[in-house]
Amino acid sequence: MPKDSGIGASPKRREDIRFLSGTGNYTDDMNINGQAYVHFLRSDVAHGRIKSINLDAANAMPGVVKIFTGADFEGVGGIPCGWEVTDKHGQPMQEPAHPVLAQGKVRYVGDQIAAVVAESVEQARDAAEAIEVDIEELPAVVDMKAALEEGATKVHDDLTSNLCYDWGFVEENKPAVEAAFAEAAHVTTLELRNNRLIANPMEPRVAIGDFERASGNSTLFTTSQNPHVIRLLMGAFVLGIPEHKLRVVAPDVGGGFGTKIFHYAEEAFCTFAAKALNRAVKWTSTRSEAFISDAHGRDHVTTIQLALDADNNFTAVRTDTHANMGAYLSTFAPSVPTWLHGTLMAGNYKTPLIYVNVKAVFTNTVPVDAYRGAGRPEATYQLERVIDKAALELGVDPIALRRQNFITEFPYATPVAVEYDTGDYHGTMDALEKMVDLSGFEARRKESEARGKLRGFGVNCYIEACGIAPSNLVGQLGARAGLYESATVRVNATGGLVVMTGSHSHGQGHETAFPQVIAEMIGIDESMVEIEHGDTDKAPMGMGTYGSRSLAVGGSAMVRATEKIIAKTKKIAAHLLEAAEADIELKDGAFSVAGTDKSVAWGDVTLAAYVPHNYPLEDIEPGLEETAFYDPANFTYPSGAYACEVEVDPETGKVTIESFNAADDFGNIVNPMIVDGQVHGGIGQGIGQALLENASYDENGQLLSASYMDYAMPRASDVPFYGVDHSSQTPCTHNPLGVKGCGEAGAIGSPPAVVNAVVNALRSGGHDITHIDMPVSPQRVWQAMQG
Amino acid sequence: MSQVKLTVNGKEMSGDAEGRTLLSTFLRETLGMTGTHVGCDTSQCGACVVHVDGVAVKSCTMLAMEADGAAVSTIEGQAADDGTLNTLQQAFQDHHGLQCGFCTPGMIMSAADLLKSNPKPSEAEVRHHLEGNICRCTGYHNIVKAIMAASGQDVSNIAAE
Repeated sequence: MPKDSGIGASPKRREDIRFLSGTGNYTDDMNINGQAYVHFLRSDVAHGRIKSINLDAANAMPGVVKIFTGADFEGVGGIPCGWEVTDKHGQPMQEPAHPVLAQGKVRYVGDQIAAVVAESVEQARDAAEAIEVDIEELPAVVDMKAALEEGATKVHDDLTSNLCYDWGFVEENKPAVEAAFAEAAHVTTLELRNNRLIANPMEPRVAIGDFERASGNSTLFTTSQNPHVIRLLMGAFVLGIPEHKLRVVAPDVGGGFGTKIFHYAEEAFCTFAAKALNRAVKWTSTRSEAFISDAHGRDHVTTIQLALDADNNFTAVRTDTHANMGAYLSTFAPSVPTWLHGTLMAGNYKTPLIYVNVKAVFTNTVPVDAYRGAGRPEATYQLERVIDKAALELGVDPIALRRQNFITEFPYATPVAVEYDTGDYHGTMDALEKMVDLSGFEARRKESEARGKLRGFGVNCYIEACGIAPSNLVGQLGARAGLYESATVRVNATGGLVVMTGSHSHGQGHETAFPQVIAEMIGIDESMVEIEHGDTDKAPMGMGTYGSRSLAVGGSAMVRATEKIIAKTKKIAAHLLEAAEADIELKDGAFSVAGTDKSVAWGDVTLAAYVPHNYPLEDIEPGLEETAFYDPANFTYPSGAYACEVEVDPETGKVTIESFNAADDFGNIVNPMIVDGQVHGGIGQGIGQALLENASYDENGQLLSASYMDYAMPRASDVPFYGVDHSSQTPCTHNPLGVKGCGEAGAIGSPPAVVNAVVNALRSGGHDITHIDMPVSPQRVWQAMQG
Repeated sequence: MSQVKLTVNGKEMSGDAEGRTLLSTFLRETLGMTGTHVGCDTSQCGACVVHVDGVAVKSCTMLAMEADGAAVSTIEGQAADDGTLNTLQQAFQDHHGLQCGFCTPGMIMSAADLLKSNPKPSEAEVRHHLEGNICRCTGYHNIVKAIMAASGQDVSNIAAE
């Protein structure tokens, strides 16, 4: 019988009421009295030297308040990078300066040259058109391998080359890996590209800077997944504002998918300009701006090799990847192709030897950073594609080959520095096999064939590391931040609770799911719990929401704070009941003395905390508010097995997804409805990557897919209903909820299943194809079929 | 600047608009009706769908002046006066047809338009109708399911929510 409240129930989302009735509070819905509007003049060339900027005509345009250029930001800090990677020689990565407004050079189409502040957004745009910028265009560096050639044009003149770092992992493993390849009975090699994507949350970015001269306090309203991180980065590194003089608010945020993690120049600009002008300054990105200013994702070019022994056991993996950083280092960019990618190269398999090489490259393109999954989709895609190719070459069943090599004993220390605490890979594969009618596939294939179509089936597994992560570990790996989470639980006199969490909800449903946990712990109704998030003045600190960490880390902080509340209320209850504290039990919202019928209600105890007439004042303080910081002991390791069935039209090359099934192990689950929704959305994005989406640059660094007319977002008719199962549950052993995180799984697990299915379909039509790059567009499929 | 007078959700409203002012901008900025969202600038995403004289329109494709004298219906006018959600809104909540909520106003207004002309749409018809409404969160699964449920169809055989 499904529960109707608490952990494991699926109460309807409370935030839906405002979103469904048009009363949400997104950043662009906010306006501050007297605000001015900013429009950024952006570079339309990918690489050039700014020879002059003439503002005379623009300054004379109606409504102009002030026009800022790079010169106004001399002496102001640059946009910082939050992660330093050390290369295989022990040297730090090359880290270029990243000015708020371009200084001297523009380095990608979209780089901001000037900012026009005016009385209306239309006036700001009109004036921007009157700015005369003389740019000496320089050759653009777009292709990563060409960027590393001797004599290539440098994106940053003051760096030694376009190489950000050359990372080897684990460098000490390299000789043993080489030896394993030399001894292998079979080696499968695959070259592939993980296509460049644009996250495209439906709400474009918005920033409103505000300043109060009397107090000297600055406020930034912004579309962020982590307002505290923005406060720290912008305050400490860019503008020199201490935290107590700077408030950052991220109200309702319309999707993030990674690209709203990062600190952007527009945020710093609006905060800076508000102070300079003593009035609020608002920027709302257009979608066209978003395409050339939101950090992009993925963009890896990889060669992966898998070594097998004569019994088809995996003996070694080695990969060689070029990862695009774009023109500047976005906040967490260096970590994505390294620690979020290399550490996942064991996948679900007991491969004993692994070596990962990554060359991160600067190009004249938009900065590239984390997008849903961030490094883990790239690892999963290459591993699961090369396994399928190996199965083809060896003539063995791809599921059997995977099962044969599954890790089955936990905890399991991989050769790439992480330790999986729990998992059951046969369990998720069993669950998947129950969902897909494998025995009926041949009949379905023949039925498709009778209609002139090719049908294919593809499967893959995935593992991810999320709930990011122990601060001491990530510090060793180069993170310039801790990765704990905080929560303050405030209990009011009449028993209601407010949780102020450093996690941020931008679609994940924290306002509904978090109260389920507290309701379960105390035995009260969920309606007695309110969640506050997204405001640095409320939660004590927060590292925000990304890496599927909200419940695993933020939820755990909330549990720890609630445990402190419960401990204190038990002391109060013991006093009121004149019993020993050890004998007090809390159940169904009441404290009772074990073995007696004496009890006192939750609300009577909370009232006593604020009206402490009969209260153990000598032992404890009045009031009821507790804070906890939770720093996890390890990552969490969700895993799963996904299957896709496709039909290919050989006349046009068009691929249709006939079915998509996902069996995941997320450990314990708080709200199954929300978890299913997260998986659906991830799969939708994964199918988008596999079939449709591509951020495509020409050789001059012009983004060709820079609107929804050219960048193919998945539409409702591109995807099917999905089958989702999470019956296989191996709880995380190191967080109090036993949860693993579900936000990225769908996007990580789905692209290889789609491509495996397409290759399978084409081969069934007699085409000797072993790989086709994403997006598997009709054009690419048709060309592949023509040989 | 010219004055534009129109009815929004049954109430007479007016404000000044430039010739270039889009209806979406007029609703949001001039009238303060921020329930209608703007997710793109190429009339692709559908977040801004409203009904003008009973017809679904992307309000970014229409000038405010063109709506002078029209009856406009927006997301703010869909629930009852006491806040009770209408059938379609309720189905979206019941079936988790929204996550971040940004595309939702357009989805609701677009789906309402579909159900008016096609009270029992098939899955394929729903998906086809939503071609002009992009959602990045849900993978469309629960949106399609919610719209079919709102039309009175049994959706219990569609994969569990």
